[in-house]
Amino acid sequence: MHIHRRLPVLLGSLLATATALGGPAADDLKALKGTVRVDGSSTVFPIMEAVAEEFAKIAPHIKVPVGVSGTGGGFKRFCAGETQISNASRPISPSEVALAAEHKVEFIELPIAYDALSIVVNPKNDWMKQVTIEHLRSIFSSGGAKRWSEIDPTWPDRPMRVFSPGTDSGTFDYFKEAVIGKDGSMRADLSVSEDDNVLVLGVQGDKDAIGFFGLAYFEENKGKLRAVPVVGPEGAPVMPENSTVNDGTYPLSRPLFLYANAKSAATPETAAFVDFTLAKVAGFVDEVGYVALPANLLEAAHATWKARTTGTRFVKDGKKVDGSMMPASK
Amino acid sequence: MSAGRAIPIARRLRHDRMLLIACLSATTLAVAVLSALLISVFIQGLSSLDWHFLSSYASRKAANAGILAPLMGTLWVCAICGLIAVPLGVATALYLEEYAPRTRLRSLVQLNIANLSGVPSIVYGILGLAAFARCFGAISTDDPWTLGSPDSLFFLQLPFGRGVLAGGLTLALVVLPIMIIAAQEALRTVPKSLRHAALALGSTRWQVVWKVTLPAALPTMMTGAILSMSRAIGEAAPLLVIGGVLLLFSVPENLMSDFTVLPLQIYNWAGRPQDDFHKIAAGAIIVQLVLLLLFNSVALFIRHKLQRPLQ
Repeated sequence: MHIHRRLPVLLGSLLATATALGGPAADDLKALKGTVRVDGSSTVFPIMEAVAEEFAKIAPHIKVPVGVSGTGGGFKRFCAGETQISNASRPISPSEVALAAEHKVEFIELPIAYDALSIVVNPKNDWMKQVTIEHLRSIFSSGGAKRWSEIDPTWPDRPMRVFSPGTDSGTFDYFKEAVIGKDGSMRADLSVSEDDNVLVLGVQGDKDAIGFFGLAYFEENKGKLRAVPVVGPEGAPVMPENSTVNDGTYPLSRPLFLYANAKSAATPETAAFVDFTLAKVAGFVDEVGYVALPANLLEAAHATWKARTTGTRFVKDGKKVDGSMMPASK
Repeated sequence: MSAGRAIPIARRLRHDRMLLIACLSATTLAVAVLSALLISVFIQGLSSLDWHFLSSYASRKAANAGILAPLMGTLWVCAICGLIAVPLGVATALYLEEYAPRTRLRSLVQLNIANLSGVPSIVYGILGLAAFARCFGAISTDDPWTLGSPDSLFFLQLPFGRGVLAGGLTLALVVLPIMIIAAQEALRTVPKSLRHAALALGSTRWQVVWKVTLPAALPTMMTGAILSMSRAIGEAAPLLVIGGVLLLFSVPENLMSDFTVLPLQIYNWAGRPQDDFHKIAAGAIIVQLVLLLLFNSVALFIRHKLQRPLQ
């Protein structure tokens, strides 16, 4: 890096060089000023918390306020141009793409990690050895089972308490879509909290509780809760683990995204923040208990960012499509 | 109980004692609950209090975490709130008590102020977001009118955006009804005879207000100011709507800066399942209590300075 210091070049070109080399130039970041507003998913918050904390150490004059409005709430602000970065635990939806277009906001879509939903019960629950998607549907859909024995006669005849992340969270959206389907609805008597930690406390304190949330929270609270293996399409129960998420056998896993405002991506502060995030995210993902992207996917995300390729792979002509996680590279 | 029939003295004394016991137990219960709360907070939080806790930013590791950003945010927002709400509240109370003719319109205004003090604060948050942060959409938030450089202390922009000014103004809305009602009560405690005496000496209304009524009422008004600021410092909901920031690694440097406040930080930490975060949440609660006492002692000081017998 000593070559950089000798060259009296503009900050912008310095950053471009640094980016090309795959890492931010530490000395120049210290001088950078500006604000990079981040908002969005509470699921991605632990990653962003780590990124923002470490970024503040190397770029102390760039302000990075991080909000937790949920994926939908974050997109509402992002698509109106209020934030530079939006965290999401699902791809952007057609209506959000339309909102962004209305405000002339272009964005760059970058996958940063995998998340897996874990189905959790109290450690004292010794009857639920595995669970099928059908079981989950009869537990969580509207008019669902009130007692454990209604689902499986061998299970105890006791009332069930059902916990769920808040309806604003991407976790909720994802669970509903994966388990109940688009047209069904979740039961009304759920104990709901926008804060995953409240769910941990709830399930921890009640033998008859069942709930779901991200694998990260389960990993952090392994002693307090038990994850139930989910029966996959092949008929075998699969534990939520890094390996089963990465090879796609665990049925309840999903990618996490970072959306960057394309106009802001041209500013040095936002560029530096995203550079830093992409360079360090794999380490932080491990730390907070998510599943890192496979190498080829992370490479592809780097390429998308470097080329500043805008748009989403999940919406086409105003309709939702099953996009590949593999981002387009130029 | 028919008139004229004497109640035995023993029974009257028994009633007297019963009321005393009822009031005493109510007081004891209230104090006991409060002290249980305070003691548990202090036991949990005292160990986390040190200079590092006050002077560093948040961290994902509880041991490294500090409250610098929310502490400064609370100071900025509450200072703005106080500077706006107290003068406005006092002026409104003066108008309503000293000037406004006793018409039906005045009763309507009075009724509305009383009702507004009961409106949930999140409603003010939404109003503040629309009015202050976004100027009702009259000016695009993408392309605000700006004055000065964003790095300078005097940077201003329209709409205000989600900065400390919008937060402070919103809090001022929340506490304004309380402040107005308290200031009105204070003005009512000033004897009519004082005003009449001053008017009889040929003072104008302004002179009566400035030289007689206001000085006499100000100490009691300070009690209202204390109540208002106590409410303001504890508010989380409207500021979550306005700022929406839970994590910040900078302190406000002008009226437009992003901010977070202590109640939001406490909420964020207390909601995590790890015990270490509960401890630092308790530490932050202690800091907030101390801050509240400091604010209030300023008001008490003014009250003490101004208190004069009414002769």
